[in-house]
Order: sequence, then structure tokens, then C-alpha cells
Amino acid sequence: MAKYATQEWCDLYKEEINKSKAYEEAAKTWEGDFYFITEAGGPVKEPIYMYVDLYHGKCRAAEIVTDPNKYKPVFTLSAPYAIWKQIATKKLDSTKALITKQSKMTGDMAKIMRYTKAANELTNCTMLVPTEWLD
Amino acid sequence: MWTFSCPLIVYGDNALDYLAQVKGKKAFIVTDKNIVKLGLTKPVTDQLDAVNIGWEIFDEVEPEPSLNTIRKGGVAVGKYQPDWVIGIGGGSCMDAAKAIILLLARPELKPEALSVLETFNFREKARLMAIPTTSGTGSEATWAIVLTDTDDKRKLGLGTTECMPDVAILDPVMVMGMPPLITADTGMDVLCHAVEGYTSAWGTSMTEGPGLVATRRVFEYLAKAYKDGNDLQARKEMMYAATMGGMSFGNSMAGLGHSTGHALGAIFHLPHGRTVGMFLPYTMEYLMNGSEETTVKFAEMARFCCGASGPDKECAKALVAKIRALAKEVGQPLSVKDCGVDKAKYEKEIPALVERALNEVMTMTVTRVPGEEDLGKIFNYAYDGKPIDF
Repeated sequence: MAKYATQEWCDLYKEEINKSKAYEEAAKTWEGDFYFITEAGGPVKEPIYMYVDLYHGKCRAAEIVTDPNKYKPVFTLSAPYAIWKQIATKKLDSTKALITKQSKMTGDMAKIMRYTKAANELTNCTMLVPTEWLD
Repeated sequence: MWTFSCPLIVYGDNALDYLAQVKGKKAFIVTDKNIVKLGLTKPVTDQLDAVNIGWEIFDEVEPEPSLNTIRKGGVAVGKYQPDWVIGIGGGSCMDAAKAIILLLARPELKPEALSVLETFNFREKARLMAIPTTSGTGSEATWAIVLTDTDDKRKLGLGTTECMPDVAILDPVMVMGMPPLITADTGMDVLCHAVEGYTSAWGTSMTEGPGLVATRRVFEYLAKAYKDGNDLQARKEMMYAATMGGMSFGNSMAGLGHSTGHALGAIFHLPHGRTVGMFLPYTMEYLMNGSEETTVKFAEMARFCCGASGPDKECAKALVAKIRALAKEVGQPLSVKDCGVDKAKYEKEIPALVERALNEVMTMTVTRVPGEEDLGKIFNYAYDGKPIDF
């Protein structure tokens, strides 16, 4: 088990992504990196930046960064902690979260839309990481 | 948290008279050349003239509107700076109107970026009205915008909750002249919206009601409207059913019939309603074979809409049979082959069809989510009209 949004958690997440045949198949042509940002609020004192680099069905890097200027990913997805927890535990669909503005994304939406299946599998991988939540 | 939205719906005889109450200076009408030629913009512009609202018509929308058309519309609306944008026509015109009003607010955006990721606040500049001339896509009551990337042969499901029309006017004069083929194509779209909205994994009590009633009305009135376009009652009820179908799926999500139908329509240039209606029974069979939850819902629908009785599975099968019977009655295809698609060309495109369907949100919002293999089988079975048995 790993505490949410720690490097240990990222390592487990990367492992799950790279074990997933379903993700690998769905994302076989994907190229693009992300910041998954947990906004400050609730148990989160400062925003947490999780960098994830995804390439051709594999995760090349999953890293907690302290300096958000370290990377310039093509996508960012940010949400409050409570929303991330709901998405990760499949209580809230990630697309619904975007539609209702409970989460915010920057980047090329047209590109993301071509990889809906891969995005879904990525969320499934999140569920597989045994997580110690912050609350 | 989820939301339910719909426009102010003005409906019935003389609904267009509502325009006499509208406040504004300039209306930008988004439509197609055929609608203008049929004289269907005139009842609207006459009303606008009577209240001294200036107007301009953009009539370049084509069926399954392209990104390029929206770009042109964005330029034109930017020059005109209206305080109303009015979509008059089928779903293509209404979706185009939604996209164009978003570009009025955010002219720097590309059409493919008109999505939930952006904020538009277009009501600081203009309001949106939808006047359908088909029954129908339900676009007058949804925030969805479906555009076609003609280069990639792909439908793009865009839109944002902001672009729910402010007003929808359902006046039967606008649909009376629909020829039988369009009546049937768009009528099957209503059925697909209603059934998929009712059974969507994103559905709730809020969205079930409209879907259920719309389905019943389609069974009661589509064949009548198809056989006699002058049947005013049938035309009205199909109009209302179309809007209710929109309210149902637009506030939940469409399903597999739409994701498979979109793929076929984009690659083989077939009308939307025809393709989604054709796939509906196959995708229902697929769901019934693996989802007890959806089988129960189909059974509920069958009991309410068709008077079916007995065990859930039998009632659900009766609903599928009823849909196929209705399709036949209104001259709609029952298979991909019936759509006139060449078999060799179709088989060659199966990987592309599967890839497109796989990556639609609507494929994920059903209770039995198919993978690549199952989607491939659905596409194959549907060519020759083989019922789904897996």
C-alpha cells in the first residue's frame, strides 16, 4: 500500500500501467505527457504535481515533482483531492467530472477524444494501486 | 453531482408566434440551402421582421457538418455580431448553430476545440434558439455538437453544457413537408435516443421518463407520419418525441447504437438516423446477452410501450422484434447490406470502424462494454443481418 500522491504511489501506478495489456493495446499509438494536479484544499496543503509520461502503450515516467516548471507536458488535468479520490475509486466517471467542471483539463481535446478507451484503462490502472488515502 | 438541462420549449400550433415576444436587434440564422429553398426560413424571418429584428442567413451547412463549414460560419457570425443565433433545420443545422455561437464568443478557437474544456460565456453576446424541421435528432434539447472531420472520416462528439439552446420552438408547420424517407430516417434516430437514454449507465430517474414516453410515441406515431405526412397529430407527437429523446440521452448518454452508427456513417457517408437505427437492435441484443440490468430495463420498456408480458428476457426480445418490425414498416434497412454498402469495402474498413466505435464515450456508458473483438463481431454480424448471439 502506498500513500496517495507520493513517489512510492507513482512507482506502483507506473507498474500497473505497464502490466496492463488492455491499456497497452488501447494506447499503442498514444504520445503525450501529463501533469495530474491535486489542488490545494482539504488534506492537501499545497498543490501536488504528478508527472506521467505515456508513450505507445507504456508509461515511461511517473514522478512527483516539487517544481512545476520542471516539465511542460502537453496535457494537464487538475481537480480537488476529493474528486481525484472519487475518480480513482470509480465513484465518479472522469468524463463526467470534466463535463460538470469538477475537474479541468488543458490540452488538445480532439486528440484525447480519439483515445477514450485508453483514458478509461488508465483510470482502471489507478484503481489497482493499493492506496492509503489522506483522509 | 450531475445535471439535467433543457431549453424553454415552446410547442404546438402556432409556436412560431413566440418570436413576437423575442427581444433583440439582430439574428444570425444557421441553416442549409434546402431549408431556404423549401421556404422554411420565411415563417421565421417574417416574425423577426414584424418585431424589427434584423437577420442574416448562413445557409452553407451540409448534412453531417464539417469542421470547415463551422470555420466559415464562425467568420460570418463574427462579422455580423448578432444577439440571437437561430438554428433552423435538422440536427446538422442546429449543431452548427451551437458551434457557431461558441465561436462568436471565442473566435480564436478551432472548431475541434469546442468542448467542455473551454469556457465560453456566449450569453454575454447572444442567445441561442433551435427550430427543428425534422423529428429528429433532439439537438434542440441537447448540448451535444456532432461535427465531422472529413479528412479523418470521423465524427467528433463536441459541445459543452453552455450550448444547450435557450429556446426550442416546435411548430408542426416546420415538419409537415418532410418526405417519407427523412421522416423514417429521423424517426429511427428518435427511437435510438429514447431507448439508449432510458438504458444508459449514466441514466437516472430524471432521464428515464422522457426516454420511456418518447419510445411509446414512436411506436404509436412514426409509421403514421411516414405513411401520411399530413397527419398533424402524428407529426406533432413525433416532434415532441424527438425533443424528449434529446432530453433523455442528452442528460445521460447515448449508447452502442450511436457509437457503431457514427462509425458507419462517417466512413460510408450514410445518414445518421438510418445507421444508428439499423444498429440499435443488434446492440440491444449484445447488451441483453451480457447485462441483466439492461435486460430488465428493456423488459420494463417493452411492457410500457408494447404491452409485452412474461419473463424479462422474453419481453426484452419482444422489444427488439418490435423495433425491427417498425424499421421494416417504414422502409428502413435491417442490415448494413440493406444500406447498400459493398461487402468487400465494408470488410476492409472493419478495423477502422472498430477503432472509431471503441473510442467513443458512448461505448463506455453501457452496462456491457465491448472490446475490439466484440465490436468487430457486431460489425460483421450486422452486415448480413445476423442476430447477435454472443
